[in-house]
Amino acid sequence: MSVDGTVAAPAATPARPIKNELLAQRVRSARIFLVPMIVALLIVAGWPLLRSIYFSFTDASLTNLYDHEWVGFANYLNWRTLESGRTIFRGTLVDPGWWNAVWNTVRFAVISVSLEAVFGMIVALVLNAEFRGRGIVRAAILIPWAIPTIVSARMWGWMLNDQFGILNDLFLRLGLISEKIAWTANAETAMTAVLIVDIWKTTPFMALLILAGLQMIPKDIYEAADIDGVHPVKQFFRITLPLVRPALMVAIIFRILDAMRIFDLIYVLTPNSSATETMSIVSRENLIEFDNFAYGSAQSTLLFLIIAAMTILYIWLGRVRLDGGDR
Amino acid sequence: MANLELRNIRKSFGAVEVIRGVDLTVNSGEFMVFVGPSGCGKSTLLRLIAGLENITSGELLFDGEVVNGLTPSKRGIAMVFQSYALYPHMTVYDNMAFGMQLAKGTKEQIRERVLKAAQLLQIEPYLDRLPKQLSGGQRQRVAIGRAIVRDPKVFLFDEPLSNLDAALRVATRLEIAKLHHDMAKTTMIYVTHDQVEAMTLADRICVLRDGVIEQVGTPLELYENPQSLFVAGFIGSPKMNFLNGEFADAFRATTLGVRSEHIRITSDGRWSGEVVHTENLGSDSYIYVEIGSDEPLIVRQEGTSRHPVGERISVSPVESQIHRFDRDGRPMRV
Ligand SMILES: Nc1ncnc2c1ncn2[C@@H]1O[C@H](COP(=O)(O)OP(=O)(O)OP(=O)(O)O)[C@@H](O)[C@H]1O
Ligand SMILES: [Mg+2]
Repeated sequence: MSVDGTVAAPAATPARPIKNELLAQRVRSARIFLVPMIVALLIVAGWPLLRSIYFSFTDASLTNLYDHEWVGFANYLNWRTLESGRTIFRGTLVDPGWWNAVWNTVRFAVISVSLEAVFGMIVALVLNAEFRGRGIVRAAILIPWAIPTIVSARMWGWMLNDQFGILNDLFLRLGLISEKIAWTANAETAMTAVLIVDIWKTTPFMALLILAGLQMIPKDIYEAADIDGVHPVKQFFRITLPLVRPALMVAIIFRILDAMRIFDLIYVLTPNSSATETMSIVSRENLIEFDNFAYGSAQSTLLFLIIAAMTILYIWLGRVRLDGGDR
Repeated sequence: MANLELRNIRKSFGAVEVIRGVDLTVNSGEFMVFVGPSGCGKSTLLRLIAGLENITSGELLFDGEVVNGLTPSKRGIAMVFQSYALYPHMTVYDNMAFGMQLAKGTKEQIRERVLKAAQLLQIEPYLDRLPKQLSGGQRQRVAIGRAIVRDPKVFLFDEPLSNLDAALRVATRLEIAKLHHDMAKTTMIYVTHDQVEAMTLADRICVLRDGVIEQVGTPLELYENPQSLFVAGFIGSPKMNFLNGEFADAFRATTLGVRSEHIRITSDGRWSGEVVHTENLGSDSYIYVEIGSDEPLIVRQEGTSRHPVGERISVSPVESQIHRFDRDGRPMRV
C-alpha cells in the first residue's frame, strides 16, 4: 500500500555503501514499527472495505448474504431498452434518493465546516488572549466535544422539541417566532437543527486546533506591527491569518472529511427525514432496512471513493504548497 | 530628532515594582545606552518608552510633550528587537515596506526609501527572500532596515546583537556606530548587558540596577569616576579589583578599588603573592595573584606574561588611579 511505497522509496535511491547501510537499517526499523498498525488497519478497515466493494458488484441481500451472484456494475448503473424503444436507467447513479443524499451531505459539510471555522477562529482568538482563568475556560470549552454524540443529540432533541423544548419557549417569549416549531420534524428546519447541534459540538475541536496554530506565532511580531502602526484588524488579516493558515487548513480538511461521513447525529436527531438524509444514512438504510445489501454497498463504495479522492487531492495540494516554501 | 524626558517613571507588574522611579533626560541626537545586570529592568524601561507597556506612574515626554497615552506608532519611534521580530511570511522587501504601505505614501516613495535603507545596510541582494532564508546577521540587518525605513525620531534597540556570534557582533556593532553617525539627528537608545558594547557605542551610558538608575555619564566618566561600587564593578573588563579589610584600611577606606591596568609588578611592591592563573590574550595578558584578599588580584600586563603559575611576585597599585569607597559603597573624595 501507500505506506509501503513511502518506506521503500529512500532505499531505492542509490547511495554510497556506508550511507546505504545506515539507510537500510532505518528502513528496516521503520517497517518494524509500522507492522502492528498496518496489521490492525488491514483487519478493522481493509477487510471490511474490500468486502463492501466486493458486495457492491453482486446481488447479495441481508437475508441471503452468501447466496449471491456477480452482477458487475448493475448496482451502480444499468439500463434496459424496452420494446417501445425507451431506455430505462437503473442503479445508484440515477437514484434521486442518492443524489438528494449527496446534495444534503455536501450542503451540510460546506455550511457546518465554514461556520465552525469562523466560530472556531473567534473562540481561538479569545482563548489566545491573556486573562485570568484562561486554563479553566479552555477546559470548559471542550465539554461539547467530549460529550458522546448520541448523548448530545438526545439532549438537543429535547431542547428542540416542539412541545416541551426550551428553544421554542425562549424564542416565543422573545417574540422571534409566533408559533411553536417542530425543528427536527419539519423539513425546512431539520437541516438547520442538525447544523446547530453539529456546530455547537465541533467548534471546540476546531478552536483547539487553531489555537495550537496561534500559539506558534511569536508574540513579538505583533509588537513590531504595533510600532509599524498596523491596525488590529489589519494585523489579523495580514499577519495572523497567513501564519495560522497551515493549521487552519489541516483543521478544515479534517472536519470536511469527518462531515462527509456524518451519521450518528442525524440518525438520532432527525431519523427518516429526507431533508437531512446523508450518504451514510442512505447507504445504511439500503444495507439494513431495505434489504438491499448490494445496493447499499455500492453507495458505501461511492462514499469511500469521494472521500478518498478528496484526501488525495488534499495531499497533492499540500505537497504543492510545501514546495512553494510557505513555512 | 527628539529629546526625551523621563520623570519619576514607575512600572509595576501586579504587585512587583520593576521600575522604581527613573528620572532621565536623553538629548536630541544622543546615543544613550542602558546597561545593567539581567533582570534589572532595561527592556522594561525601553518598552515603556516605546509604548509597548503602560507606564504605571510618572511622565514620559518627547520634545516637552507628554506621550504617556500615545500608541507606539504615534510616538515616532522605531524598535529593533533582540529576536528580530520579522514577519516570517513576508519577503525582506515587504518586511521593510509593510509599515509604510499603511502610512500615506506612493509606491514609488516606498520603493525609494526601502532601497535606500537596503543599500545602506547592504541587504539589496536579499530583498526577495523570506527571513528564514537569511542568516542571523542578515536578519538583524533587515530588522534594522525596517526601523530605518520608518524614519524615526527615536531609535530603540533591545540587545540587537545578543543572538550573533562574536565576529558578527563586532561587525554589526561597527555598523550601528556608523548608522548613528549617518543619522546624526536621530536619538538612539540602546539596551545591552555587554559593557564593551556600551563603552564603544554610547555617547552616554545609563547604568541600571534593580529598577533604579545607578549612574548616568559618558563612558569615560563612568570608567574613571564611578559613583558607586556597583558601577565600578560593572564597567570595565576585567572587573575592577576590590580589596577589603586591612588592604583598604591602609588607604583609610572600606573598600579599595584598583583596575587591573593600574597595578605594576615591581620588586618591592605593596602586596605580594603567588601567581595562580594567567590568561594570555596576545596583545596583553592577565595575571591572577593570590595576595590574601577575597578574590585573586587581577594584574594586566602588556604582551605575554613572563610569570609562570607558582611564581611569587610583588605588585603595587598606581596611587593616583585608585578608587576608595566608604561603607555605603560611595566614592570618597581625597
Ligand atoms: N510581563 C511581565 N510580567 C511580570 N514581570 C515581568 C514582565 N516583564 C518583565 N518582568 C520582570 O521585570 C524584571 C525586569 O525585566 P526586564 O526584561 O526589563 O529585564 P532586563 O534588564 O531586560 O533583563 P535581561 O538583560 O535579562 O534582558 C524582571 O524581574 C522580570 O521578571
Ligand atoms: Mg531584556
